[in-house]
Amino acid sequence: MNKNLYSPLVFEVSHKGRHGYSLPEYDYGVNVELPKGLTRENTPALPEIDEPSLVRHYTNSSNNNFGVDTGFYPLGSCTMKYNPKVNEAMVGTAAVGALHPLQPVSTAQGALRIYRTLEKYLSEIGGMAEFTLNPFAGAHGEYTGLMVIRSYHLSRADEARRKVIVPDSAHGTNPASAAMAGFEIVEVKSLEDGTVDIEDLRGKLGSDVAAMMMTNPNTVGMFEKNIPEIAEMVHAAGALLYYDGANLNPMLGIARPGDMGFDVMHINLHKTFSTPHGGGGPGAGPVGVRAGLEQFLPNPRVVENADGSLGVICSNDAFGRVSAWLGNFTVYIKALSYILTLGSENLMKAGPLATLNANYIMHSLKDLYELPISGPCKHEFVFDGLRDKSQGVTTMHVAKSLLDYGFHAPTIYFPLLFHESLMIEPTETESVDTLDSFIDVMRKIALEAASNPEKIKEAPYTTPISHPDEDEAALNPILTYAQLCRK
Amino acid sequence: MAHHRYFPHTDADVERMLARCGVTDIDALYADVEPSLRLKKPYELPKSMSEPELERYFAALAAQNRPLTCFAGAGFYHHYTPAVIPALMSRSEFLTAYTPYQPEISQGTLQYIFEYQSMMADLTGLDVSNASMYDGATAAAEAMVMAVNSARKKRRVLVSATVAPAVQQVLATYAEAAGIILEIIPEDRGATDRTAFEQMLGAGDVAGVMVAQPNYYGIIEDYEGWADKCHEKKALMIMNCHATTLAVLRSPGEWGADIACGEAQSLGMPLNYGGPYLGYLCCRENLMRKLPGRIVGATADKDGKRSFVLTLQAREQHIRRQKATSNICSNQGIMTLHAAMYLSLMGAEGLEKVNRLSAEAAHCLADRLEATGTMKLKYADKPYLNEFAMEITDDGLTADRIIDACASEGILAGVKLTDSSILIAATEMCSPDDIGRYVSTIKNLKS
Repeated sequence: MNKNLYSPLVFEVSHKGRHGYSLPEYDYGVNVELPKGLTRENTPALPEIDEPSLVRHYTNSSNNNFGVDTGFYPLGSCTMKYNPKVNEAMVGTAAVGALHPLQPVSTAQGALRIYRTLEKYLSEIGGMAEFTLNPFAGAHGEYTGLMVIRSYHLSRADEARRKVIVPDSAHGTNPASAAMAGFEIVEVKSLEDGTVDIEDLRGKLGSDVAAMMMTNPNTVGMFEKNIPEIAEMVHAAGALLYYDGANLNPMLGIARPGDMGFDVMHINLHKTFSTPHGGGGPGAGPVGVRAGLEQFLPNPRVVENADGSLGVICSNDAFGRVSAWLGNFTVYIKALSYILTLGSENLMKAGPLATLNANYIMHSLKDLYELPISGPCKHEFVFDGLRDKSQGVTTMHVAKSLLDYGFHAPTIYFPLLFHESLMIEPTETESVDTLDSFIDVMRKIALEAASNPEKIKEAPYTTPISHPDEDEAALNPILTYAQLCRK
Repeated sequence: MAHHRYFPHTDADVERMLARCGVTDIDALYADVEPSLRLKKPYELPKSMSEPELERYFAALAAQNRPLTCFAGAGFYHHYTPAVIPALMSRSEFLTAYTPYQPEISQGTLQYIFEYQSMMADLTGLDVSNASMYDGATAAAEAMVMAVNSARKKRRVLVSATVAPAVQQVLATYAEAAGIILEIIPEDRGATDRTAFEQMLGAGDVAGVMVAQPNYYGIIEDYEGWADKCHEKKALMIMNCHATTLAVLRSPGEWGADIACGEAQSLGMPLNYGGPYLGYLCCRENLMRKLPGRIVGATADKDGKRSFVLTLQAREQHIRRQKATSNICSNQGIMTLHAAMYLSLMGAEGLEKVNRLSAEAAHCLADRLEATGTMKLKYADKPYLNEFAMEITDDGLTADRIIDACASEGILAGVKLTDSSILIAATEMCSPDDIGRYVSTIKNLKS
């Protein structure tokens, strides 16, 4: 990354009188006059830019960015695996670009078949009876799954179940999604090894609990080995067990959430199923349910007709609707392409290799970084900062220093169980050579943190910007170009 | 282990790595997974496909789709996508990055989101925008929640019956769980009933009022004085607008609205059978800290260099957990790059042309369809831009029959409203010849 290639904003490369569009000059033989008072008074202050300048602007801007294709991106809980190029190509091959969501289903059978096939494949991988692909992202899937659970209890006239239990190690989306679905949140404690404290859980289960949400492996990368017992306890209390699929990747080829006793789950297609993260999205958060809960899945649903064709229906049993149509459709094409490319035999290997990569890094660095929880991790693990904290070098400093070496930083200061969390998830698509380079750099940083701490604290040195003032950004927000110009 | 091309591991690599971990096989790393939970056999899924086989597989599916010349809208419009956009969006520096948590190496993402926020705030005539919602329907739901969160204790939200039905259904879902009382303001001949609105607002306890522009029937409604009425009752006015039309219609800010939300697919995003699209959400500055989702702000780095960062994160789920403004984490990310590039390439002039061509195509089609004597404009006294509702007057025809007959001619006639009415849209992608084909198909159906 060349730090001199700093881009101006598109507004600043705009020149009055230029344009970048290409539109037909059709003569429809009519003239449309809109009533005064209904039209806009101020002309929008949009850029005026020619096509070559725009291409250069965004190309330069992309050079100030770092993606999985640029380098190692060990962002814990985000599963930044390789995004296969053939998946992108298949979006073109599937020819859905011009399909309107409301065109007759008889003319969109190929698209519906993609939806239905992926639904079935995810059911097999999740050990669930049925999936909806409609939710747009992981958090949206959580919300959808919790609404299914809510409907299930209400359908049984079990209206007292107002609480959802989440572990203190959970992703922030879990309690936030439960709150949006109208639940009260009860936190359950973690033991020293990061797994759920069963005794604490026992005291919190009761006839007012609707569900318990779990991530397994959890956010410290540990498999919740007591899951059969937890499932039994939760079910005995009349509640349902929700699987946050953010960490599904290491379980590929090992075990299925349905077989562990989970009733409802979501999958992040942009994590486990290799679809690109797009600088924040679009992702997809399909939701699966065990048999007996299918009818509560949200509208619209893709169904098979007696003649083998596919239809789209809305049902009154559904808890409602969470999307205008069937969700982020092209993301499904990419995920299906990934499943078919790996096939059953290679999907079975993805989880174990991801786990091997994580354990390899963990063992290679635990002498210099504080490992609060020992034992084999799964796809990710958490360091509690450097072992030698005497020089005041923090997890933030380590993260920023990594940027100078061409690595993305791990997830930092999450989970909240530790003060200096540094959460590393390598994924299965990284070679041992990459892991070795990363390990070398992490060791170098640790040693330098002791010998020359001030140098580490000032990093990064080679990036386009360094130490942006985030406090000032929040204190005096400048959120648009107009506000920037007024400053 | 036989190796797939996505897995770099050789047998020798695996051996060396296992030795470092102090185990003899990978299975030992899963010793904590109780044997009864373990998969006993491989997934019942197809075997690995090569690229040529995969290509064949998806081509066969493509053959089961029939792209049609599109005269349907109902919230999703077939506008032109400049070729530049997919080319730049596929740059993997953008595409394979995630949420810009590390601003030093994410200025590309942060900058385009800032550009997007600037353009959307300008188009809506409001002060600020967030970094996207999932789609227009969920953006509307979050706008509703925002109004209630800003209002303290008031639980009623009024929504016009002329908001798209799918959006209303999503609103109802989100409202019910959150304890929000959603009430529908009835329509009067295709537009929101003003008298009913004033009565319902007057009944008190209203946190927000949501109206659509253009509405579901394509009608441009007159909201003169509505914002004042809302504000007198300390209710927020929310406008649900199709993004493209913001460039020519009186903006939410100009109407006096507090929040604007809606679907931005019409900014040249391919229809893609429903997604990915882009929900936008903008508001006045005083509501900024109630906005859900990511927001990008400008600041300076240690050398005074202008920098962009994620900001106001104290609203968000990773900090506030259950007290967050929303649960949203991943959003529509790179679709905001699409929007920023589209709006830059088009500029105000291009957008004006897109709207004019679309409106002319729609009015031309409406005139010619009426001239066939089989249908007439359902709301003839109301102004519209590029979408209109037709009442079928020919006794031998139904909406289904028209849609089916047109589909066999390669035309998507519109979206069924009732058995005897149909919602029709046009854009700059509909040539005069396309309109001619549509009209002849209808003439041939005439009883």
